[in-house]
Amino acid sequence: MNPHELDPLNEPRALIELVNVSKTYPGSESPAVVDLNLAVREGEILVLVGPSGCGKSTTLRLINRMIEPTGGSIIFEGADVTKSDPNELRRHIGYVIQQVGLFPHRTIAENIGTVPRLLKWDRKRIKARVEEMLELVGMDPKTFGPRYPRELSGGQAQRVGVARALAADPDVLLMDEPFGAIDPITRDRLQNEFLRLQAELKKTIVFVTHDIDEAVKMGDRIAILREQSVIAQLDRPEVILTDPADDFVENFLGSGAILKTLTLSRVRDIDLSAIPPVRPGATRSQALAAVEESPSGVAVLLDAADHPVRWVDRRSLDNAAKPLEQAGRGVMVMLQPEDTLQDALSAMLQTSTGMAVVVDGKGRYLGCVTIEALARLLVQTQNGNA
Amino acid sequence: MNDTRATRLDLIVTPALGVILAVLLAVVWVYSDMDPTTERILEPSNLLRQLEQQLVLAFWSTVLVIVVAIPLGIMVTRGGARGLKNTMVGLLGLAQAIPAYGLIVLFFVWLGQGATTVILALAAFSLLPVLRNTIVGIEQVDPSIIESGKGMGMTPVQRLGRIELPLSVPVIISGIRTATVITVGMGTLAFLIGGGGLGETINAGLKLNRPTAIFVGAALVALVALSFDFAGALAQRYLRPKGL
Repeated sequence: MNPHELDPLNEPRALIELVNVSKTYPGSESPAVVDLNLAVREGEILVLVGPSGCGKSTTLRLINRMIEPTGGSIIFEGADVTKSDPNELRRHIGYVIQQVGLFPHRTIAENIGTVPRLLKWDRKRIKARVEEMLELVGMDPKTFGPRYPRELSGGQAQRVGVARALAADPDVLLMDEPFGAIDPITRDRLQNEFLRLQAELKKTIVFVTHDIDEAVKMGDRIAILREQSVIAQLDRPEVILTDPADDFVENFLGSGAILKTLTLSRVRDIDLSAIPPVRPGATRSQALAAVEESPSGVAVLLDAADHPVRWVDRRSLDNAAKPLEQAGRGVMVMLQPEDTLQDALSAMLQTSTGMAVVVDGKGRYLGCVTIEALARLLVQTQNGNA
Repeated sequence: MNDTRATRLDLIVTPALGVILAVLLAVVWVYSDMDPTTERILEPSNLLRQLEQQLVLAFWSTVLVIVVAIPLGIMVTRGGARGLKNTMVGLLGLAQAIPAYGLIVLFFVWLGQGATTVILALAAFSLLPVLRNTIVGIEQVDPSIIESGKGMGMTPVQRLGRIELPLSVPVIISGIRTATVITVGMGTLAFLIGGGGLGETINAGLKLNRPTAIFVGAALVALVALSFDFAGALAQRYLRPKGL
């Protein structure tokens, strides 16, 4: 896509542009990157994803000139940086790598203060900024500031890595598989934390990964690269998942592409089924009437604060030996409108009814989602984009 | 790098050996019967002069080695000079294969007699451990640490001074320790070309068949070597960057 064709009113401006960029390593016959054109928009997370050896990492490193391009130009904030001082450029671009690369002989505070020190900030300002950064990534400055990197876990080290990259408040962050070496549970937490940070900071981020799930989760836009950094498809994740450009993209997405769309939509996008609630004080016959009128033959018992407590159906109400408040089964899992469809699906699979209860932020009953409604939404999404 | 424990052990073992040796030396000094010849060889003012010479030789050759080998090691690990590195390490290895005795004689032939010649010969002989450890020390620094430094906009000089050198200090110092022990030991050959040192006592003891003199001379040399090594262990303990 040509960045100059972007509509200036609707599209955010491109902060970084790669124009006809090529890279051939010395002594190598075939180029690693061929004639790449790519525009990174202000405030977005652009994910570069592709099989290993496709040149995604090389592409990322061309931006801060860790690798010098052999052709083309790189425009950063409107100026061609291919000829300027690379060290000065790098001090204004945050850089996070998979191995983190903290300085083992420097304290956490000194590590985070690296770029501000290179930029010759005064001591007080650096100290204040370091504390701010540690708090930003959820680490106590008093506890962690004086420690050394070897005392950190992998997840903590990468948090410090992110804090260090953000310390001089760069507009742009380049992240090269930042969570690649971290265990899946911690990775998930770091991704969520990072997305929350990004919602606040609105940095322009280029993010490299080989993991399509991570790409879908993190990316505002995803560029799927094939060999020599040729862009196979560049678009929003939901478009790529539902409408892959070609066989290469489809293969790369894998068979689970449609399942991945589950993480893109939220529970609030589904039509809630009106499963009737039964409020406290209702008689057994009122409850039976609710079950009769329910499309699925079940009703939800609420407590005085409107919190759903139990599922009831005809059979459980027929057992007159139990008081109404103990009829049926307890509601174990509840969804909120912000949860993803993936959460919804897993909640439904935990109940035998194929339904899950949705509550608002205060835990009050809103309705239920059914597996049929979810399937309908998926089909719609697929048709809508195809 | 697990040499923290080794360093701690050094700080105990080296002085312990030194103390044992000193006690042994005192015992031999007091209890052996000194014939006039032995007494003449072990004349205290003589011994003190030789000891001082021994220290001066070892000290200056070590200084020379540090001043030459570390910058050289840094130079050959910079991008452009990698080809030079192997050639140089090879050549110096070859130089080390020449017996110490021969090397001193070669320098004598070239530069004449005197302490300066000895210092240069000792330095040439002990250059390799420091040079090699400087190279190894710099090359063992985790590339991702240098990469992140570069990515944050550190200039090559800043990367060298703030990352590569501090992180190779432990390895470089252990090279220097090896070098000092070599220079002290080899310094006993200095007397051959008029450089003085405790070699005079040992030589006299050998020539005149006086075992007590030989032992005293050798024990003093060993004590000097141990104290240099101990100084090195202290340096390794206190100059190594925190956090490693």
